[in-house]
Amino acid sequence: MNASASPANPASPAYGVDLLVRGLHKSFDGLEVIHGLDFEVLSGEIFVIMGPSGSGKSVLLKHLIGLEPPDAGEILVNGESIQSPEIAAKYRMALVFQSGALLNSLTVGENVGLYLTEHRLKTPAEIGRIVGEKLTDVGLGDAVNKMPAELSGGMKKRAAIARALVIEPQLILYDEPTSELDPLSSVVIGQEIWKLNQRTGVTSLVVTHDRDLAFGVADRIAVMDEGLILAIGTPDEIKRSSLPRVQSFLNADFKREPHL
Amino acid sequence: MSPRPHIFENIGQIVLLFWHTLRSLPLAWRQRRKVFDQFLEIGNASLLMVCVLSFFIGGVLALQTGPVLVEKGLPSAVGGIVGIALAKELAPVMMAILIAGRIGSAMAAEIGSMRVYQEIDALRTMNIDPIHYLVLPRLLAIAFALPMLVVFAIMVGWFGGATVAEINQHMAIPYQVFFADLRSMVAPKDVANGVFKSFCFALIIGSVSCHQGLTTMGGPRGIGRSVTKAVVNSIILIVLFDYVITRILLH
Repeated sequence: MNASASPANPASPAYGVDLLVRGLHKSFDGLEVIHGLDFEVLSGEIFVIMGPSGSGKSVLLKHLIGLEPPDAGEILVNGESIQSPEIAAKYRMALVFQSGALLNSLTVGENVGLYLTEHRLKTPAEIGRIVGEKLTDVGLGDAVNKMPAELSGGMKKRAAIARALVIEPQLILYDEPTSELDPLSSVVIGQEIWKLNQRTGVTSLVVTHDRDLAFGVADRIAVMDEGLILAIGTPDEIKRSSLPRVQSFLNADFKREPHL
Repeated sequence: MSPRPHIFENIGQIVLLFWHTLRSLPLAWRQRRKVFDQFLEIGNASLLMVCVLSFFIGGVLALQTGPVLVEKGLPSAVGGIVGIALAKELAPVMMAILIAGRIGSAMAAEIGSMRVYQEIDALRTMNIDPIHYLVLPRLLAIAFALPMLVVFAIMVGWFGGATVAEINQHMAIPYQVFFADLRSMVAPKDVANGVFKSFCFALIIGSVSCHQGLTTMGGPRGIGRSVTKAVVNSIILIVLFDYVITRILLH
């Protein structure tokens, strides 16, 4: 799968980063929600973590970007711990929050340009140009001056993706990117995830319970439940998995039971 | 962190937050726009209330002390008492309490909702320190705004006292006499005392409210709880520190 990663941004040859999770444990108030996770996300691949709600996926994401310290185990980015203080300066990482998490006091444009403005990476004119570009990329070109409160759920998510794009991340994490979206918007988001990965070779990790999205974009899939990984493999391998819990998650279907 | 941190843990966290904010002071120039915005908001939100409050505090002080002093043959003390009480004690403390309610609550609510709606997490993932981005501008703005409001409050309060002293038939002290008495009793040091106190109170309100906002947990109810706690804790600390600072300044 690694070979399919495009040569990416010529400015930074080794674009996507490797992500390694070893023996990760986490408890909240004495209740263990993650019971020892081990997996590796290879540079440039799209890795999807699937699982039902409450299986510990969002908590895992917070660990992967360094917002939560693990109780035990380690998370390594290109071999360095995510908890080390230099990591943020060394690698660019972005998390697309489930709710978007746009700053409500700023316009959409200011939100998208926030990373560049705060770190003073570009002049205001350049920032304006980049923001316009990235928003157009996700189909929100005319929303620059709107406030987040004026956007629909799907638009907020796309704006959040634009905000992540501005960082030009080497690792991008998506938290339920298609939840609360209609099928058409979901397809758009899925295509954005794939396009970004193909264009830049960014390592992408998607957490979702959307089966269509997972099988549509994934290079590899991990199925997670109750804080454990049940199976890891290519979409085909996962589909052929013989584990009953994996199969019941993949094939769950609503049926109209006849009234007796 | 346990859901209900111990009181000393809380105080420790507030002191740490204040220390981190102090260390980020070199970044203040970068954040000048935000400092200025916050400053305007504090002024805008409070100026009228400060006027009304301090005018009547000065007035009622003259009303309570004036007739008795005149009866005892000490009309020249009215200006001095109103002047000193306002400058050294009433204006700084009352304005600090007013600002804790008006601005401290707003800070805790705004930062608290940012925390609850993951905006602070989003800042962190973008490698933007919430202390630099949120706390520093607010703390700086209030540290400048509150002392200025207090200077303003002292003058309006004196004017309130003078007005009552002139109008009230039991006193009938003319403006010029009131202010001449006031000037002979109140030294510039007394006003400086009050302004210094209010500067300390401003730091207390800013640190307590921002800390409360940053540690907000849970949903909208958590925000409400944070706001209440920010205001109550600020007021308690203001009154406590008022005594301590007054004691120190007496020497």
